[in-house]
Amino acid sequence: MFYIYCPHCGEHREEEEFHAKGQAHLARPLDPDNCTDHEWGEYLYMRKNPRGLHHELWIHATGCRKFFNMTRDTVSYEIKEVYKVGERPTVVAAS
Amino acid sequence: MSQKNRLASGGRVDRAKALNFSYNGRQYPGFEGDTVASALLANGVDIVGRSFKYSRPRGIIAAGAEEPNAVLQVGATEATQVPNVRATQQSLFNGLVCSATNGWPNADLDLMGYVGKVGGRMMPPGFYYKTFMYPPSLWETYEKFIRKAAGLGRSSTERDPDMYDKVNHHCDLMIVGAGPAGLAAALVAARSGARVILADEQSEFGGSLLDTRETLNGRPAAEWVATVVEELKQHPEVLLLPRSTVNGYHDHNFLTIHERCTDHLGDKAPAGQVRQRMHRVRANQVVLATGAHERPLVFGNNDVPGCMQAAGVSTYINRYAVVPGKELVLMTTNDHAYQTALDWHDAGRKVVAIVDTRQNPKGDRIDAAKSRGLNIIAGSGVIEVQGSKRVTGVSIAPLNAAGDALAGAVERLGCDTVASSGGWSPVIHLSCHTGSRPEWRDDVIGFVPGKTVQKQHCAGGINGTYSLKAVLEEGARAGAAACEAAGFSDAAKGISLPLAEEVREGKAMALYHIPHTKPTSRAPKQFVDYQNDVTAAGIELATREGFESIEHVKRYTAMGFGTDQGKLGNINGMAVAAKSLNQTIPQTGTTIFRPNYTPVTFGAVAGRDCGALFDVNRFSAMHKWHLANGALFEDVGQWKRPWYFPQGGETMQQALDRECKATRESVGILDASTLGKIDIQGKDAREFLARVYTNAWAKLPVGKCRYGLMCGEDGMVFDDGVTSCLADNHFLMTTTTGGAPRVLEWLELYHQTEWPELEVYFSSVTDHWATMTISGPNARKLLGELTDIDLDRDTFKFMDLRQGDVAGVPARVFRISFTGELSYEINVQANYGLHVWEKLFEHGAKFNLTPYGTESMHVLRAEKGFIIAGQDTDGSVTPIDLGMSWCVSNAKPFSYIGKRGMAREDCVRTDRKHLVGLKTREPKTVIPEGAQAVNDPKQPIPMTMLGHVTSSYYSANLGHSVAMGFVRNGHNRMGETVFYPLADGRVIEAEICNPVFLDPKGERQNV
Repeated sequence: MFYIYCPHCGEHREEEEFHAKGQAHLARPLDPDNCTDHEWGEYLYMRKNPRGLHHELWIHATGCRKFFNMTRDTVSYEIKEVYKVGERPTVVAAS
Repeated sequence: MSQKNRLASGGRVDRAKALNFSYNGRQYPGFEGDTVASALLANGVDIVGRSFKYSRPRGIIAAGAEEPNAVLQVGATEATQVPNVRATQQSLFNGLVCSATNGWPNADLDLMGYVGKVGGRMMPPGFYYKTFMYPPSLWETYEKFIRKAAGLGRSSTERDPDMYDKVNHHCDLMIVGAGPAGLAAALVAARSGARVILADEQSEFGGSLLDTRETLNGRPAAEWVATVVEELKQHPEVLLLPRSTVNGYHDHNFLTIHERCTDHLGDKAPAGQVRQRMHRVRANQVVLATGAHERPLVFGNNDVPGCMQAAGVSTYINRYAVVPGKELVLMTTNDHAYQTALDWHDAGRKVVAIVDTRQNPKGDRIDAAKSRGLNIIAGSGVIEVQGSKRVTGVSIAPLNAAGDALAGAVERLGCDTVASSGGWSPVIHLSCHTGSRPEWRDDVIGFVPGKTVQKQHCAGGINGTYSLKAVLEEGARAGAAACEAAGFSDAAKGISLPLAEEVREGKAMALYHIPHTKPTSRAPKQFVDYQNDVTAAGIELATREGFESIEHVKRYTAMGFGTDQGKLGNINGMAVAAKSLNQTIPQTGTTIFRPNYTPVTFGAVAGRDCGALFDVNRFSAMHKWHLANGALFEDVGQWKRPWYFPQGGETMQQALDRECKATRESVGILDASTLGKIDIQGKDAREFLARVYTNAWAKLPVGKCRYGLMCGEDGMVFDDGVTSCLADNHFLMTTTTGGAPRVLEWLELYHQTEWPELEVYFSSVTDHWATMTISGPNARKLLGELTDIDLDRDTFKFMDLRQGDVAGVPARVFRISFTGELSYEINVQANYGLHVWEKLFEHGAKFNLTPYGTESMHVLRAEKGFIIAGQDTDGSVTPIDLGMSWCVSNAKPFSYIGKRGMAREDCVRTDRKHLVGLKTREPKTVIPEGAQAVNDPKQPIPMTMLGHVTSSYYSANLGHSVAMGFVRNGHNRMGETVFYPLADGRVIEAEICNPVFLDPKGERQNV
């Protein structure tokens, strides 16, 4: 069970208060109507499943109800950082 | 009966407190301070069960959590039965009732034993897969037989009379294990002022210090333990948890502790006391001081009762004053185990021989044995044990220097006990729980904790550190390091550790499996994992059959499975596999242990979260009235919603018929409070609605309501509801009862992550309002008696909302309808709900105001062809599929959620599955929901399926059944016939029709 720092509340809370919402930084195409079916399918369905660092979207569901991002190691389950929506991660996988 | 193996003095049992207990129906005496295991051994009970696969008699091997055989069923009554209790961990109390779990009809006389003896060769590793898989139809027969043969205990069939608890903690240091290392760490931490939890699975703190004859400061080690515990008790920030097993080490330093608060007091907890408690600990730093388990050696017939782990024998002698036999042969690969022979000898029993696998052992303990005149046979091993229900003797033979072959003639010795020691395995279970791979150390001859991301410190036996002096030092160091990391510096200052004896020890030999005169496959069974009956030959067979990874070997042979988790056997098993594959143990792989370390009862897992407290129940403000008026309830999410209100001896169908007719003929009332309500405000609220609903919202005037469909980005419907415009920047959205939290999160997701520039705020107001819908031709007359709102049909029109007083309290009234009748949905503050509801009934009697529940609501809406999101939709249907293109606006400037998805190639096909009405040829027949449509019921199975029935009821108002369902290309097949073949052989014929069965022009709601 994770121990998660909510960047909005400024406190660590138990995982039970949060929901994981999958991969972070999925921008909705600005002009969906002019996307090809392929492009739209990529946005809708294609997700990363990395071994190691992963950027995820979470919500403090039973707390402040705000979304935020988390950089997490999918092997060790370490939370490397949390940051607000609109911000960029500072911990990124070496390419 | 006398306790024939009990010593007259010594040990930590209280001879003044005699206890009686029952094992397998016989009464035995014991003392306070005993475990069930020590009391059984004191009474000379050799057999505590039959083995899982071969049904061989088994005795007690160890004295702690690692005991594989003495797994008992405990409980004096049916309600207090507990399976899987280790006799070595259960404190004795007066009146305790226990029995062996394995063995049929009983452990001593076991009929299955003959099957085991005869069938042993037919039960090689993987025998389930090989033998019992075919034919599949017989598996149920096999399984019953196997289960009975295995007899792994049973749970109670009655309600547990005891109370269980859970508690959450946060602490600076969680110290696991209160042996010398744990106590030293705790002392350091306690003095630093840190908040400390110290847990140990045993009934008293001290760990190995309770079993040892080593001294601290020249005094018995237990005296130092008592001093330390006394000091720890004085520190207000220290929580001491004896009888508490840390069973799981989870991510981010979260640990679960299973405390057995009263298991040692009686069959049931004393009145008002909790039996067991689950502690959930979030620790800043963790100190693992879990010690080590001694490994027995693997040799022929090493499972005959009387074969024991050397350290276990010492524990029974020193802690419990029980010598579990008369004549001992000790086999060892190391110096430490000599202590067992010294203890045995000093207790006045005969040591037949110390068989040392090393050619030339040297050390203080060896000198001590020599000075007592004990017979040391160096460079030899016990290759085989004689006896069946108890050891009667051993065969020993010289070994070569490597220990992998015999180097001389076999000799026989008589004895009744064989203690063996192959060295120690650090108890690394907890450190593995979070995924950390252990590391092999040749100098330790064992696995130690590997790299971890947890804030974890290890001390003592878990590190392969075994000398008492070094263990104490390591404990103090780990405690100080953990304190430092938790922000308590200078912790170690002023701590003086007790002086331990220095014992010179020779080098231990890395030997696990003693060779035999015959090859392993033909030698007598050499057990590696007692609990799962895994032998050295079985492991060799597994490697020959191509299972080379130790993880595969484990699964194939079942080694390390079940409640045992490989505590005694895993390293030996890996050694056998490694030798067979001609590689080293680390090359063969590591092994990971999973939670739980030892079994946890369901009671402790559940705590108070059972019965009425299992889940949250939500009730509307009118719940009391529903109860008083005989409602039956349906669970909708966490809500208890009235299902229907039967009167007298009505059947369900009779009640529904009455409720539905009364509504259409006069007026009915529904408690709709559970519908999700989301208050939406802000200057961009209207724009936001237009983006999340499929239809248009730009021109909805203040005081008007509109129905909307919500889709995912894939164009599939996921919720629906009516949203009302209270002011230009203020809307009230309703959602389905079950979908409310999901919809709110969905709105927040898009607002917070995609369109933060829109100024809009969402707030759940579901619980703030009580909602009651009156529906039927007399609804206006009824409401008119209670409100100051002008209900004139031409000023308060269909889909209008008005605010005013109803029954003297402020209300919002929406003229919306889910029945197709003239309807008013009255919303008042929840606290006024019951008042208004009762006022409506006061005035409604003359109109035969009839309450109805969710079931009649379903029938009434199905008569009108209204969908229920989640029943008539399943995440694979678009608004077009539902025949609701009127609810989709493609003229909106913003590409709303779902628009692009609906334009996908597959979504614009005209022959998708469409929602249609279904009229049965036989009017009274109701098609079961879920039935599949086919074109040709005579087509051979598998028939081509066209879609399923989603809603189906009998309509008393229409005098025939009504149904909706999906049919491929259904919108283009109006008037055609489809068939529903059922499991019972019937075939129901139905005509595809418009789903609006009643009042297709919608005149009734506009009166």
